[in-house]
Formats: sequence, structure tokens, C-alpha cells
Amino acid sequence: MKNVKHDSSGYYRSLTRKMLLTIIIVSFTPMIMVSSIILYQFNLSYHEKVEAHLEELVLKHKQNIDNFLKEKLGDIRFLGEAFCCEELTEESFLQDKLVMLQQEFGPVFVDLGVVNAQGFQVAYAGPFKLGKARYSDAQWFKKAIKSKYFISDVFLGLRGLPHFIVTVRDNWKSEQWILRATIDFVAFNNFVKNIRIGETGFAYILNREGNFQTKPYFNITPKKGPYRDFLKIKEGDLKKVHMIEKKDESGKKNLYVAAFLKNGDWLLVYQQVASDAFADLNKTVGVAIVILLLGAFGIILTAFLLSKRMVHHISVADQEKEMMNKQIIETGKLASVGKLAAGIAHEINNPVAIMVEESGWIGDLLEEEEFGESENLDEFERALKQIKTQGHRCKEITHKLLSFARKTDSRAQEVQINDLIRELVELSEQRAKYGKIAIHTNFQEDLTTIYLAQSEIQQVLLNLINNAVDAMENKGGLLNITTGLEENFVVIKITDNGPGIPESNLSRIFEPFFTTKPIGKGTGLGLSICYGIIQKMGGEIDVESVIGSGTTFRIRLPIKGPLES
Amino acid sequence: MSENQNKRIRLLLVDDEKGFVDIISKRMSKRSIDVTKAYSGTDALQALRKADFDVVVLDLKMEGMDGIEILKLFKKIVPDLAVIMLTGHGSEEAARDGINFGAFDYLTKPCDLEELVAKIKEAYRQQK
Repeated sequence: MKNVKHDSSGYYRSLTRKMLLTIIIVSFTPMIMVSSIILYQFNLSYHEKVEAHLEELVLKHKQNIDNFLKEKLGDIRFLGEAFCCEELTEESFLQDKLVMLQQEFGPVFVDLGVVNAQGFQVAYAGPFKLGKARYSDAQWFKKAIKSKYFISDVFLGLRGLPHFIVTVRDNWKSEQWILRATIDFVAFNNFVKNIRIGETGFAYILNREGNFQTKPYFNITPKKGPYRDFLKIKEGDLKKVHMIEKKDESGKKNLYVAAFLKNGDWLLVYQQVASDAFADLNKTVGVAIVILLLGAFGIILTAFLLSKRMVHHISVADQEKEMMNKQIIETGKLASVGKLAAGIAHEINNPVAIMVEESGWIGDLLEEEEFGESENLDEFERALKQIKTQGHRCKEITHKLLSFARKTDSRAQEVQINDLIRELVELSEQRAKYGKIAIHTNFQEDLTTIYLAQSEIQQVLLNLINNAVDAMENKGGLLNITTGLEENFVVIKITDNGPGIPESNLSRIFEPFFTTKPIGKGTGLGLSICYGIIQKMGGEIDVESVIGSGTTFRIRLPIKGPLES
Repeated sequence: MSENQNKRIRLLLVDDEKGFVDIISKRMSKRSIDVTKAYSGTDALQALRKADFDVVVLDLKMEGMDGIEILKLFKKIVPDLAVIMLTGHGSEEAARDGINFGAFDYLTKPCDLEELVAKIKEAYRQQK
């Protein structure tokens, strides 16, 4: 019994698991697939958008800076070509030109100077006292003297401040000379300083050696990192905008967008932490994941509750089915017992009849012959009477058996409950007598007949009587059966004064398979079948019990005609 | 009345239980009833064709035969024949059917002899 229960609970557990898994897989698979495809596509297009935006930004600034440099160079070129060396070496003239430039273009030009082929500054106009400075060893001079136009890298120079210069070389009296102008670093620096996006996006300019040409917003070491990758780029790609995604020193993934300036001498780099650049994307992905997780939680919860509920319904249905099967078997058993009893009763009737008649024949003969004197006549007559009496007893027994058997018919019919109980009591009396149990009946005599399946109500009552007898069997007791009318119900009460039923068992007593009898003795189906039968008849069965003083089962059966049932 | 009492009643007893038929016929003969024994329906029909009877006692439950069918046949041969049926307990319905087909009355088996004799005499008187 226990094993069967254990197995079936395992079966239901695995059924629950299977349903749960199926629901989860079926709902998760498309959800995850669709969401990942959408997220992937969104991610891709967002990346493309951000990258395109950054490329455009860098390209625009590259052009701006290149234009700026070209313009400044153009201004100086104009100055160098328009005026001869002689005019320009005159400091007051040079001063005039500087003022003119500053008026035209703002304080971009810091100073102007004329340097001869030997590297001596022969004239100077500007805020610094660089009158006869010697530049013959300066890096810029060495490069500037070799080319017609030249823009230097940023350097500290004699003034000790970062700046860069624009030079134009010319000939005067077969001597080379150079006109140079210093570009204001702050003005130039503003070009890249203002490139700021998000919290971490900033730009700067590097030369070919990897030195800063502008002041970066954040402190970084330009010698390290991906700049070298950019600096390796060959001539052909100098006009394009390049992009690299790489981790910086602190391990954060960074986005680097770079473009060459000044014909490949300088590199404009825009740098931003990837998570910052794609902050909106990451936020969207985060929201999507939260929604997915909530959805997943909802699905799992629903799947769990749904499968639990369905399996519960299945198990209840299974139990009902099993109970019905058992009931059919029980009813079948009762019917076959009934048939057997009828057969036996019938078979016994004939020999008993013959025995009684034979004894009657002896009685006839005794009367006829003159046995009057026989001293044993009284004994003969007593014995014959006894045979007759016992014959009648046999007849009564077979009559009871036959009426029991007749009532195993499960078709609904008119039933007088009092008569039915009377017969059942007669059947049970023998067993009760052995258990020292007295059966008392108290019937309401004018009880209405009710229309129901006699075999079924008989089964219920027999079950209850048997249970009561079982309960009192050891110590003996009193079984009281009463019938009565309550409104539209016939009420039957079966009361014993046995040991009673503990409260903990009372609530489970009509459950299938609940038994307090030792293993193998009771199936635990009796009362649940009784419950099922009475429910089917539209009636009620309940139980009251007090420990030590006994138990009462009460059945209420509705009074209704054949049509109603 | 006295003539009736003195005259012996001719009874045909039909039952497949031989021991029962034999002992009943012995006891009946002591009660001024002449019993012709028939152990089956066919025996009974033959006997009925050969001789006249005042009353028939017919067991409804005999092996391989339907008591009601035999009753119908009897009634065909001798329409005003008084038939008393013996039934097992619980087959009163069949007995009631029998009455619808013209049987005089029924008794349940095993029955008291005196009761049966009284019933036979009653039937005999009624028939007269």
C-alpha cells in the first residue's frame, strides 16, 4: 500500500517536472531567440551609428585644423612674397605687419621674425625679447631651411612656453632667409580641447614621435597604447579616418578614432571609453535584460503553478477512477456472493424440505400404529418436533440469504429502508453475537420508501455495521440503529459505543486508502466508497465520534421519485 | 360437503426432486389425496393426457424447464385445471406471473404439509 502511494507520488512529481520543462522550453526558446536577434541587430546598428558619428566628427576637425594651418601658412607666405627681405628686417615694419595680422585674425599670431641662413634672427616683432636669437641648432631651423614652407611641431623653444611656428623660405641676394611666425598655442589648442563627448570622450594631437601637440583633457601617456598602431599607417591611408577598439592601461575598453593632419606629420586622436560611447545602447540592453528576466520569472512561475494545478487535477481524476474501479469490484464481489448464497440456499431448501417431510411421515406413522404403549413415544414426538423446528430454522436462514442475494441488483427501485436494515441486522446478528455485541433498532415505522439502488445502499449500511462490529469486537458493546424523517430526508444513524475515532483521523476518514486497520486487513476503501455512493444518491454522510464513548455515522438520503433520480 | 370430504382428491404432483415427491405422495395418501407423481414437465403432460386430475401441484423451478411454460401448456390441455405453484423464496414474482396465467395460488418452498393440504382442498372445493 505504502509502496504504491510512494510510486504514484513519484509519478506525479515526474509528470509535474515534464510539464514544467515543456512549458518553459516552449515559451523560452522563441523568446530568447527573438530577443537575441533583435538585440544583436540593434547593437550592430547602434555601433555603426556611433562609429559613423565619431568618424565624421574627427574628419570635420581634421579638415578644420588642416584649413587653419593652411590659412596661417598662406598668411605668412603672402607676407614673405609681398615684401622683400630688406623691408621685413626693419623691425618697425615687421611690427606693423604683426599688428595687421593680429587685427585681421585675432591674437593667433604671437610674433614674427626674420632669420638669415646662418640661423640668426635678424629682425623680431612680438612680446618676447628674442632680438638676436640664434636658431642655427634648433630642430625647426634645420628643417625649415631645407623646405619652402614649414610648420613645426610644438616645442618649448627659447621662451619656455609650448608653441609652434610657421616658416616661409625665400632668397634675397642669393642668400636664403626665413620668415617665421609663432602660432598661439592656446588658440590652436582650443580646436581639440573643445572636442568633448560624454564623460570620457576627448581629443588630442600627436606628432610622429608620439609627443603631444595639444594639451589632452585627461592625463595619458601617449607613448603607450594604440597610438603606435596608428603611427605605423602607410602613406596611402593618410587621408582616411581610422578606428581601433582597444584596452587602455587601466584595462578599460576604449574607442580610438584617428586621422592624420599636416600631410601625415600629426595625428588627431579622439578617445572615449567604449562603455561611455555606447552608454545609451548599454542602458537599452540593461532594460531589455531586466524585462527578459521578469518575463522569464513570470513564465517559470506560471509554468510551475499551471503544471502543479494540472497534475493535481489529474491525480484527483486518477483517484476517482481508481475508487470507482474498486467500487465496481466491491459491488461485483457482493453480487457474486449474493449469487452464490442464492444457489446454496436453493440447493439446501430441497433436502431440508425432504428431511422435514420424512420426519412428518414418521409422525404420521406413529399416530397410525399403536405405539401408544411405547415408553419412548414422548421422546419420538419430541425428536420429530425438534427436526421440524430446526427444519424451519434452516428455511428462515435460506430465506434471509435469498433476500440478501435478491438485493444485489444495482438498478434503482423502491426501497423501504427499515426492511432493508432489518434484513441486514439479521445477517449480522450471528457475527455480533460472537463479539458479544447487542444490536438494537429503533425505527420510525411510517418511514417513506425511497427510490434508489438497493444493492448500493445495502453495501453502505453493511459496511457501517461491519465497521461498528469490528470496533467493538474485543470488548463487546451496543450497536444502535435508528431511522427517522427530517424534512425531505430519510435519516439513518448507526451508533456504537466502541473506543471512538481520534480527531486527527476523523477528518480523513472518508479519504480513499485511509485506514487504521493493520496492513493487509483493510483496504481503506470502505468508507470512501460509502461516501461516493451516498454523494451519488444526492445524500450526505457524516461522522461524530467521542474517544471512549463511541461513534455515530449519520446518513441523510433525499426522498425522491424514480423520475427525479 | 361430506361427500366432498369422503371423496379422495386426484392430485398430480410435479417436481424434479424425487425424494420430495415420494414422501409427499405417501403423506398425502394418508390425507385422502391420491397422488400421481411426475418428476418432469414431460412426465406431467403425459399423465395429464392419460387421466383426469382435480388439482395439480407444480414446482416452478425444475432443471431445464420453465414452470410458467408448463403451466401454459397445462392450461391449454385442461383450461379449468386448478394449479398450485411451488416457488423458491424470492421468486414470488414468477408465481404472481403464474396467477396471471390462471394458476390457483402459490406456496413458497419448503412449505408446511398441512398448509399445502389445506391449499389443495381449497382449490378442490373452488373447482367444484
